[in-house]
Amino acid sequence: MNTAFWALLKSMLGSLRDLAPIILVVVVFQLGVFGQPMPNLGELLIGLVFVTLGLTFFIYGLEMGLFPIGESMAHAFARKGSVVWLIIFAFSLGFGTTVAEPALIAVAAEAANVAANGGMIEQSVAARDSYATGLRYTVALSVGLAIVLGVIRILKGWPIHFMIIGGYLLVVTMTVFAPKEIIGIAYDSGGVTTSTITVPLVTALGVGLASSIKGRNPMIDGFGLIAFASLLPMIFVMAYGMVI
Amino acid sequence: MLLNLLNTLLSTLKDVLPIATILFGFQLFVIRRPIPNVKNVLVGFIYVIIGLTFFLVGLEKALFPLGRLMADQLTNPEFIFGANGVVPDVVNWADYYWVYIFAFAIGFSTTIAEPSLMAVAIKANDVSGGAIGVWGLRIAVALGVAIGISLGTYRIVSGLSMHYFIITGYIFVVIQTFYAPKLIIPLAYDSGGVTTSTVTVPLVAALGLGLAETVPGRNPLLDGFGLIAFASLFPVMSVMAYAQLSEMMSKRAKQKK
Repeated sequence: MNTAFWALLKSMLGSLRDLAPIILVVVVFQLGVFGQPMPNLGELLIGLVFVTLGLTFFIYGLEMGLFPIGESMAHAFARKGSVVWLIIFAFSLGFGTTVAEPALIAVAAEAANVAANGGMIEQSVAARDSYATGLRYTVALSVGLAIVLGVIRILKGWPIHFMIIGGYLLVVTMTVFAPKEIIGIAYDSGGVTTSTITVPLVTALGVGLASSIKGRNPMIDGFGLIAFASLLPMIFVMAYGMVI
Repeated sequence: MLLNLLNTLLSTLKDVLPIATILFGFQLFVIRRPIPNVKNVLVGFIYVIIGLTFFLVGLEKALFPLGRLMADQLTNPEFIFGANGVVPDVVNWADYYWVYIFAFAIGFSTTIAEPSLMAVAIKANDVSGGAIGVWGLRIAVALGVAIGISLGTYRIVSGLSMHYFIITGYIFVVIQTFYAPKLIIPLAYDSGGVTTSTVTVPLVAALGLGLAETVPGRNPLLDGFGLIAFASLFPVMSVMAYAQLSEMMSKRAKQKK
């Protein structure tokens, strides 16, 4: 019990150290630049305790739950040898984790406003809703396909940089032709799709797959799934903007 | 307060539910094997959910209100041009120096606290057998985000077109790809996607929208977006640069011997 307590205390200190830069920035700006006292000091401290606790638990759970299950499933799929099921799994993981992502829902609603004001769609609630929903499914579909593409890359051992550079070229070309209003949203959509739970799972899946297939290096082949998951949504969102 | 916690717990559960369904569904019906250490895995999931809940409530209580307030204050014309200063029709980008400094500082510090980046750094450290340090990677990514966001705020103030920045960035990434150590490349590409989630996005979005609303001649709908794109592109470069630098230093150390 005692050792567990010390371990918890130690990792809480670690979390506090991770948060120290933010605290420093906020204090320096509030006191030094604006020359104002800290508002709601009590609430601020409680919040800080919560953040520290939360980060500690998250890291604990990550190493106990998310990493092991991601890797064990990757090993199991590799042993089973069924590429079809692996691909179905990869797609559902990408699609399922993205379609309900709150950040994406917010961005899609914002994008519908932009499109309505830009005259791309009608100024009605129904038109906006259908635009936002369409966009959300487009992004979720693209993330699903991205994980599938990334998994196939790991299986085949294709070098990643040609695929990513090819993707960049496509993004640049599409930027020229896509409607101006959609470009900012498209570029941002690459960043919002990967949530705090998806990233560890997808990383563990990639590394697990690469380490259970002969001839793959987990460092070179295991990483890169997230890169696809941030690149493909840009391409798909611009395509969505061009079609509609 | 308690209600707040419960609400956040519910929405976190809602986020985790589809993921858990997919994982356990495939495990049960496709793999059809018991999960090794199933008890540990379940406890781990519960920890993750509790952890994220506390983390989000704490952020919402402590950091976000203050961060948003600061973004508002910093972009307020009174702060930049003095209490009774007149806002010129064409602003000089250099007047906004506090905004760039704040963007840099907040980009760096929030990235250090970003949970998904920690996850990737832990994994990379494991897989590389310790060759890629957890802190080395995190600081490299954080510097990239910091540079990216301050450059992004400069773009909003100056009104330059975003795609020139992004396309130039891509060209840099492509050139670096051919010179950087092979092992780092996939990780560097990944680091663009992991930087922007729970902590960074809300603060950065507030800064971008605040600027786009107050700088004369900017349209919040067109110019408010794009900061996240900057924050995802620059870490790719900084992580590759970090690997290039450490490779160069170890080569030099060998030559001295």
